[in-house]
Amino acid sequence: MDNYEALVHSAFGGQKPDTSDPEVLAWLIRRNGLEMSHISHGSHIGSVFSAAEIIAVLYTGVLNVDPSDPKKPDRDRMILSKGHAGSAVYAALAETGFFPVEQLKTHYGNGSILSGHVSHKGIPGVEVSTGSLGHGLGIGTGMALGAKMDGAAWRTWVVLGDGECDEGSVWEAALQAAQFGLDRLCAIVDYNHMQSLFRVEETLRLEPFEQKWKDFGWNAESVDGHDVVALRAACDRAKANAGSGKPSVILAHTVKGKGVSFMENDILWHYRTPQGEEYEAALKELEAHRP
Amino acid sequence: MRDAFVRALLEEMEADSRIMLVTGDLGFGVLKPMWERFPDRIIDAGIAEQGMVSMAAGLAATGRIVFVYSIGNFPTLRPLEQIRNDCAYPGANVKIVCVGGGFVYGSLGMSHHATEDIAALRALPGVTCFTPGDPAEAEAVTHRAVRTEGTCYLRLGRGNEPKIHPGPVEGWEMPAPLTLRKGTDTALLSAGGILTQAVEAAKLLEEKGISAEVVSFPCVKPMDEGAVRKLTERFRHIVTVEEHNIIGGFGSAVCEIAAETGNGCRIHRIGLQDCYTSVVGNQQYLREIYGMDAKAIAEKTEAWLNEA
Repeated sequence: MDNYEALVHSAFGGQKPDTSDPEVLAWLIRRNGLEMSHISHGSHIGSVFSAAEIIAVLYTGVLNVDPSDPKKPDRDRMILSKGHAGSAVYAALAETGFFPVEQLKTHYGNGSILSGHVSHKGIPGVEVSTGSLGHGLGIGTGMALGAKMDGAAWRTWVVLGDGECDEGSVWEAALQAAQFGLDRLCAIVDYNHMQSLFRVEETLRLEPFEQKWKDFGWNAESVDGHDVVALRAACDRAKANAGSGKPSVILAHTVKGKGVSFMENDILWHYRTPQGEEYEAALKELEAHRP
Repeated sequence: MRDAFVRALLEEMEADSRIMLVTGDLGFGVLKPMWERFPDRIIDAGIAEQGMVSMAAGLAATGRIVFVYSIGNFPTLRPLEQIRNDCAYPGANVKIVCVGGGFVYGSLGMSHHATEDIAALRALPGVTCFTPGDPAEAEAVTHRAVRTEGTCYLRLGRGNEPKIHPGPVEGWEMPAPLTLRKGTDTALLSAGGILTQAVEAAKLLEEKGISAEVVSFPCVKPMDEGAVRKLTERFRHIVTVEEHNIIGGFGSAVCEIAAETGNGCRIHRIGLQDCYTSVVGNQQYLREIYGMDAKAIAEKTEAWLNEA
């Protein structure tokens, strides 16, 4: 493919998409996610689509990050703990200028630096590599604790999956973050209600989920995870919780596969990659709803 | 070794404010001097080892040198994947400290016997593995760990072990082994607190007219390949001694090097013979039961030397 960027931006008719608009960035995450999965035959497109608004809102003003200085000391740290949605973060980083959009076409490929699960090696803007579930909140707890010990103002953000919350290590970190009063730590759960085989409710029930976090000593609230305005407001409230002595969690209610009707709420799309007519149909649906 | 470690680390903490310690709710009494001196640089992570190690990786990412302290298998096998993915892969400055390598917690039972830790940690790329043999070596490797970039593993023994080196191990260069006794007939290579038994075994062998060299390996990864090669050139038989499964541990590490020399030196591995401990007893009793006390080392060595 000669010009990947032109292809994924073609719906904007030659205009440069405004990636400071969370709806535009969320759309670009899905558009890139579709293309990357199509090219690479890589899986987890359903998770990329459910997390699109969460990631887009973070990279359009919530996170204090700078693509021209990705290692600046006072940057916010963002950890994608559900590493299998890596292409959502890769797309957001590329579209907001951390590295060339063109590079996204190498995702999953031999010799690429963009592995299926998110990797920090050689990729500006990625703090830690994940993929095995249940690691991110612990690492984020350590980062937030280090910042607190330094009296630093930067925040730590961790995006978790709901299925990931089966892992005991998530709850170890939940206890630890609350114990240490890490009120500049914020977790966002992509609560798409689907795991690898069945629905969350059919696997290991998390409800009453919000209450669980509260009982663990966290500020917790639930929002529509596809409503960028509601998500942004929740992130702002989480920021305002600094001083509360408690970490914050946002339960973002989402739909797995959101944005393409035949992918929505279908576990098949945890694994399947869009090819042939399915790719064409998905593309048509996305383009029909471009912001 | 435990107290030598705490002493050495306290010295380092005085000099370098980046150093801190995270404990998995263990170290009653032992860590008291640290709580008193540096209350802001010691953290109890609770009985939550996975979270503890991930947290240590996160703390290291903020520019700290983080020692993680626990006993037996709790800081190693329990959070092994956190050590692999969160610490070793990014090269985080996390130093995993295990008190109780081998049968230290003898009568507490097999859950508390650390007998596969060297094998597991040694297999992780980028993890430096220290296995000090006495308090002086424990002190030396603690200082060394602070100065070794990336993830390290310190496999300590217990408190109040006998001193084998007469004084501090001055000028030790990692990963060089330390020769405690020269010999001409065979060499007993030891890693960890079982060193006392190797030293005693050499004395028993001497009574039988066998001259055994005793060499301690305070660092098993990286291994001093040159030193091992030289030993294989000097001796027809080498005996490795470890309070650890013979699969994957120190003896295996020696074999890996010796096999490549092709000079025909035979390596005999003394250690736990690929089993779990199910006998109740203290450390020395278990060494006797599982054939790695001084007497067993001496008898086996004599028999091997008589084979060829």
